[in-house]
Amino acid sequence: MRKLLFQNLLRPPLTEPAPSPEAAELAALAARLDCAALQRLGHSLAIRQVDAGSCNGCELEIHALNNSYYDLERFGIRFVASPRHADVLLVTGPVSRNMRVALERTYAATPDPKWVISTGDCALDGGCFADSYAVIGGVGRVIPVDLHIPGCPPTPTELLRGLLTLLEAPQAAAEPPTTAP
Amino acid sequence: MARLIDLLEAGTMVAAQRPWPRSVVEAAAWKYAGEQLAEGHWSLLGLWAEPEQVHMALREPASEQVGVISLACPEGHFPSIGHRHPPAIRLERSARDLFGLRPDGLEDTRPWLDHGCWPGGGRPEAAHYEFLPVEGPSLHQVPVGPVHAGIIEPGHFRFTANGETIVRLEERLGYVHKGIEKLMAGRDPTAAARLAARSSGDSTVAYGIGFALAVEAALQVPVPPRAHWLRALMAELERLANHLGDIGAVCNDAAFALMHTHCGALREQVLRTAQACFGHRLMRDRVVPGGVAVDLDDAGEAAVQTLLDHIGAEFPALVELYENTASLQDRTMGTGCLSSQLARQFGAGGYVGRASGQDRDARRRPGYAPYGELEFAVPSRMDGDVNARLWIRIEEVQQSMGMLRQILARLPAGEIRIDLPAAAGEGLSLVESFRGELLTWLRLDAAGRIERCHLRDPSWFQWPLLEAAVEGNIIADFPLCNKSFNCSYSGHDL
Ligand code: SF4
Repeated sequence: MRKLLFQNLLRPPLTEPAPSPEAAELAALAARLDCAALQRLGHSLAIRQVDAGSCNGCELEIHALNNSYYDLERFGIRFVASPRHADVLLVTGPVSRNMRVALERTYAATPDPKWVISTGDCALDGGCFADSYAVIGGVGRVIPVDLHIPGCPPTPTELLRGLLTLLEAPQAAAEPPTTAP
Repeated sequence: MARLIDLLEAGTMVAAQRPWPRSVVEAAAWKYAGEQLAEGHWSLLGLWAEPEQVHMALREPASEQVGVISLACPEGHFPSIGHRHPPAIRLERSARDLFGLRPDGLEDTRPWLDHGCWPGGGRPEAAHYEFLPVEGPSLHQVPVGPVHAGIIEPGHFRFTANGETIVRLEERLGYVHKGIEKLMAGRDPTAAARLAARSSGDSTVAYGIGFALAVEAALQVPVPPRAHWLRALMAELERLANHLGDIGAVCNDAAFALMHTHCGALREQVLRTAQACFGHRLMRDRVVPGGVAVDLDDAGEAAVQTLLDHIGAEFPALVELYENTASLQDRTMGTGCLSSQLARQFGAGGYVGRASGQDRDARRRPGYAPYGELEFAVPSRMDGDVNARLWIRIEEVQQSMGMLRQILARLPAGEIRIDLPAAAGEGLSLVESFRGELLTWLRLDAAGRIERCHLRDPSWFQWPLLEAAVEGNIIADFPLCNKSFNCSYSGHDL
């Protein structure tokens, strides 16, 4: 073990620079967020992830955010075990009918101020599961959504960009982006 | 004792089914099959329904015969197999939820996938789910889920404990049921393949292959050899990524983060290689009925080679780290033991079965292209604990790397995809996902559209074993046991 740890001291880190948030996303978000509340949090976000019927593909990429390449915690963003400790709910899946109550209760258990990010194509409108008797068809039909991150699944870079968008929103509100969405 | 082939031939053979026979049988033959299962002569590969009909896929290990028997149930019920053969219980409860067919004689009449939330009623009793009663002194219950503490799929675990010790675990699943099988009906195979690939995201390549093989069997079309080899290349990359992730995650659940970090970095490199070669990190929708959607160019081959060299250089040190860390093994050895007897009864595949004395691998038997031309070993162990399941993964990483090298060296040139005719037929396939054997059965109508498709994830025969494996362990070791099984919720709930 010592050898492995020693080697790591000498190697450059694997961690990559952060992607810049997209102007269009930022503008859309800034218009909807209570930026003053977000500013109070400083550059720190606690995320509770909720799988509301995903295929588990989105979870795999959310997990990847914690690996050495993306190292989410360096931005002050971390995943927490309880909705009571969360600022953000990161919700995946088309919302299966069997998960509706659990999602509503998780939302209710999250203290204000709170934000909801729907993650992955099927979380937007049900995606390819939209026509099923067993799904509600999008997170927004059950709880209010502040930001959507598209992709099937979104790559870790896309997830990171979405999360940074949320963190940088207060500045964006102060000085609106020059590129029109 | 009648053989499976005799039973099939005694019924009315369905001419359209390929490559293994399906036969419509009488209730007596159906019950006879149930007895063969209960006595351990045959193993259950799947049990599913259609309106007024149930099907059961069987394997006779002595002859390696695979076949499907079907029973008409115009009265809305059929003789329960689960009554004597527990692996069928949840499958029968689901068949009842989805098609209203009652398994006669099944003690457990509770719904399984139906939670009382679907429009149009469903089963009235579904709204009030009763857990099985547990009686005894000094017992308490701990309910966990469906929303868990980690980044993990939803399911409910009801622990009954005596102090710290788990006396019984009862699972309740079905939270992520999306109605995938019903959504497939009426679609053409290419569109339905996209749904199959979203049954369990971590096995998207395996589901893609299973679905494609079933369609190709139904239509009797030969796929170009290069497509088969590219599918195997993707499947082994998927296995590699999942096993590397799991090895790290199991160690992390024993609070050994160093292993998690290193395995996580290797996993990321596999996904990046997949992105570079096939344009998607999970290689989703790259396997299509008729072949594969993307070819591998020279740069892609070089990328896989570089990846193999890199993992080949890094992985041995991690294995050594695991072997030499006694405090870690103290957590994994003797924890979550699964007996080989139970693993055999449930026909458990993958690392769960192989860590408990089973050596079944669909790549070898019944086998599918190109694995007959590849050299690989199927590791097997007897201990059945977390440590054994971890070692199976380690050995499978090594085997997959060997296979990938062989594939790179011998990848045939040529076409990668053919057009499919629109025709009727029935197909069955058995494919080895990283978790174990995956069954796909489907029927195409005259226009070549899906009439009915059934996907049976390996987790169906592993989830119930987790309940058995954790008995007598402390609750704090549950995450470790659960991760070492790593069953799919979405693949199971469908
Ligand atoms: S968006 Fe795609 S990867 Fe994510 S849960 Fe839905 S189907 Fe799975």
